[in-house]
Amino acid sequence: MPSVCFYFQVHQPYRLRRYTFFDMGQNHFYEDNDSNREILRKVAQKCYLPMNQLLMEQIEESKGRFKAAFSLTGTVLDQLEAWAPEVIESFQALAATGCVEFLSETDAHSLAFLYSAEEFRGQVAQHDARIEELFGQKPQVFRNTELIYSNDLAKCAEDMGYKAVLAEGADHILGWRSPNYVYQPASCSKIKLLLKNYRLSDDIAFRFSNKQWPEFPLTAEKFAAWVHEAGMAAGDVLNLFMDYETFGEHHGESTGIFQFMKALPDCVLNHPDFDFRTPSEVADSYAPVASLDIPHYVSWADAARDLSAWVGNDLQNDAIEAAYRLEPRVKALHNADMLRTWRRLQTSDHFYYMCIRSDDAVHKYFNPYGSPYNAYINYMNVLGDFELTLQKMEEEGGKPGWQPAPGSLA
Amino acid sequence: MRVLMFGWEFPPHLSGGLGTACYGMTKALASKGVDIRFVLPRLGGAAPDMPRRLQLCSASGVTMRMTPQDYQAILGRLGEAGQGRLVPEAWRNWSGSVMRAFWEKHLHIEPLDSALFPYATGQSYAEVLNAGDFSRRIREEGWAWASMPRGAHDGPMVEDTINLHGGYGPDLMTEVFRYSQAAVQLAGSSDFDLIHAHDWMTYPAGMAVKAATGKPLIVHIHALESDRSGMNMNTEVASIEKAGMEAADVVVAVSHYTKSRVVRLYGIPPEKIRVVHNAVTRSQARSQLSVPQTSDEKRVLFMGRITYQKGPEYFVEAANLVLKHMKNVRFIMAGSGDMLSRMVAQVARLRLGSHFHFTGFLKGENVDRMYAMSDLYVMPSVSEPFGIAPLEAMAYDVPVIISQQSGVSEVVRHALKVNFWDVRDMADKICAVLRYPKLADELVRNCREELKNIRWENSADRLIRIYERCIEKHAGGGC
Repeated sequence: MPSVCFYFQVHQPYRLRRYTFFDMGQNHFYEDNDSNREILRKVAQKCYLPMNQLLMEQIEESKGRFKAAFSLTGTVLDQLEAWAPEVIESFQALAATGCVEFLSETDAHSLAFLYSAEEFRGQVAQHDARIEELFGQKPQVFRNTELIYSNDLAKCAEDMGYKAVLAEGADHILGWRSPNYVYQPASCSKIKLLLKNYRLSDDIAFRFSNKQWPEFPLTAEKFAAWVHEAGMAAGDVLNLFMDYETFGEHHGESTGIFQFMKALPDCVLNHPDFDFRTPSEVADSYAPVASLDIPHYVSWADAARDLSAWVGNDLQNDAIEAAYRLEPRVKALHNADMLRTWRRLQTSDHFYYMCIRSDDAVHKYFNPYGSPYNAYINYMNVLGDFELTLQKMEEEGGKPGWQPAPGSLA
Repeated sequence: MRVLMFGWEFPPHLSGGLGTACYGMTKALASKGVDIRFVLPRLGGAAPDMPRRLQLCSASGVTMRMTPQDYQAILGRLGEAGQGRLVPEAWRNWSGSVMRAFWEKHLHIEPLDSALFPYATGQSYAEVLNAGDFSRRIREEGWAWASMPRGAHDGPMVEDTINLHGGYGPDLMTEVFRYSQAAVQLAGSSDFDLIHAHDWMTYPAGMAVKAATGKPLIVHIHALESDRSGMNMNTEVASIEKAGMEAADVVVAVSHYTKSRVVRLYGIPPEKIRVVHNAVTRSQARSQLSVPQTSDEKRVLFMGRITYQKGPEYFVEAANLVLKHMKNVRFIMAGSGDMLSRMVAQVARLRLGSHFHFTGFLKGENVDRMYAMSDLYVMPSVSEPFGIAPLEAMAYDVPVIISQQSGVSEVVRHALKVNFWDVRDMADKICAVLRYPKLADELVRNCREELKNIRWENSADRLIRIYERCIEKHAGGGC
């Protein structure tokens, strides 16, 4: 009995304001909260609220047969709490149905796993505590930022007690194998690996509104037929992983994306052999068919499906290494404001904006800077001021000798 | 394909980027089999590395001949000029009065007593001021020179030798006029398929030759009067630019930026304008002078004419901001121009003198040396139709900051870009390049790749397609 497993990524970064060399040492306001608030309010109206409402109706109408999972980053939770608390409430309502699972990740949507084991575990623990407090469930499945994955990550997640971990079902790691089974990561004995079916996922996430696509327009009936065909051919689970902003934001309401999602659960369930399961249910239901050895990092970004979108050039490496070099100094201060600000500076988006290979339309869409060089300059200025502040506090014995706390006014 | 090309400067005698561009462009065209006859006001020394298909010739020294009968015949046919075609025997003999009548009919010059000249240096500016009423000079000397000698109507054959200085002196308008006379005479002695004229000084020549031969005319815009002078436009120059663009079959602009200005300021229909970006020659990237690093001091370079167009005052203001926060930096302003003394005074007023240096006009090896010893090149131009200099700096592995108000920013991705007026942003970017070595390295590495695709060969390919379409259309009676 094949299952369909939806997981939606919900994330908004704290974009930085234009922070020049001449701001350094003068003020510590790093975030462009006018634009952050505006974007968050817009996405909440266009996507989060209507889509949560839609999913709630689907769960009710299907009497709990429709299920889905979410991963909400700490940065989007912070922003929702500040500027759109009604969205948090609607997620809590979804959580109360018992049909929605919340996943674990690094709170700051960071690349900490690549740079600091201690910081990685700290952020994951922070995030899990927060999810449990907000939604009353302790995450059991881990997904790393941007689905960055390797054997080492799986081992680490297993040690931390998760029952499953998610990754991109990239061709170069799967070879002839199908993403539609549960696997066991090499060198692990308990944790299971769920792989994104990128063809079916991207049909919704990227191609749905593309009029040049031969399959345009995509109907729920057509998509369900593909799902049935793929599931019946071979496989236990079809993992449809995508950004939540796909619905109403990347594809606007006028594209018919909401009607599509409204009709889809019924179309999938029309086939008696199919059901919806959350990632932990999938892990509980299906045994791994094989061990999968993935020594090098994979991610879900770009065609390369590697780390080059974040740490592929010298600008990115210089910036991120400079940020992580501050770790012992930040932690020695035991100052909550400084720790929060430093963590927000780890958000992967900051480094994504510095990607030079930005001929990609997807990169342009998300990039608030005109160029990767501008992104680097701005980030380095902010980090420079953060380090100056740190130094000052160290000299003053850890007591904040300045007002207000660095980061934002919010 | 044979092209009769009109230009005002060519290596080794350069004033601005025009000669550099003409050299790169004609060399690439010639290498692709285009025969070019390139007419200059006068020849001064041999240009380096001349391809076989490119022939330079001088307008100075051309002898004008005509008989009174010819003169009368041409005057009679003048009405057709601009629309119809004159018979070859007639245009061979165009001379002063005919040309003057042509100018008066087709250029609609409204004389204005302005001393502002393209590429005018501080020195020539002063000369012009001393020379007094400029338009009067043109009318009395230029026009008078051009008109037929007394008694010519019933006299024998008249001979006159054109004599030009070249360059951009105070008698520029007279020179432009004489150059156009010589152009028609030279056109009679060569066979060609189309006319290609670079910048306004040569538009009258292009228009006259088109009127005389009926051959299609392409005018190439390297700079506009409005770029050079902002609101203080010389209306004589602007009206020549407009007349040239209107008379042309195709207008070529060096950037989309320039194209949009031509549409907006001169009312030329956009479908008539093609964009061909400039490039940089390989040989310009050749020399890697090794300059000993004496200290860990950084050098920031402005190199260009010190005129309104190049935005030198924004460079000084940015330097002022940077030097408030960083001490181991030197700013260098290389070049000369009518704003030089104002810039020196501004630097002194801001007390930047110990870290801000003026080199005067540089040429030859000193230009190479200057690029090679710089850590950053800044082009803060107020309005730059293209701007080859940043490409030259890139060829020396120097990172560049360029103004958004430039054509070159359309072809270079791996440069930092600023609005010329945003001095704070400019200063921030200068600090970033100097403080973050990875930024400079990444810019340089990517620029090196990028330069490989900014080649005159590509520009020449585009031009050849424009030539072909123009000749085709012309043969079909479309022109």
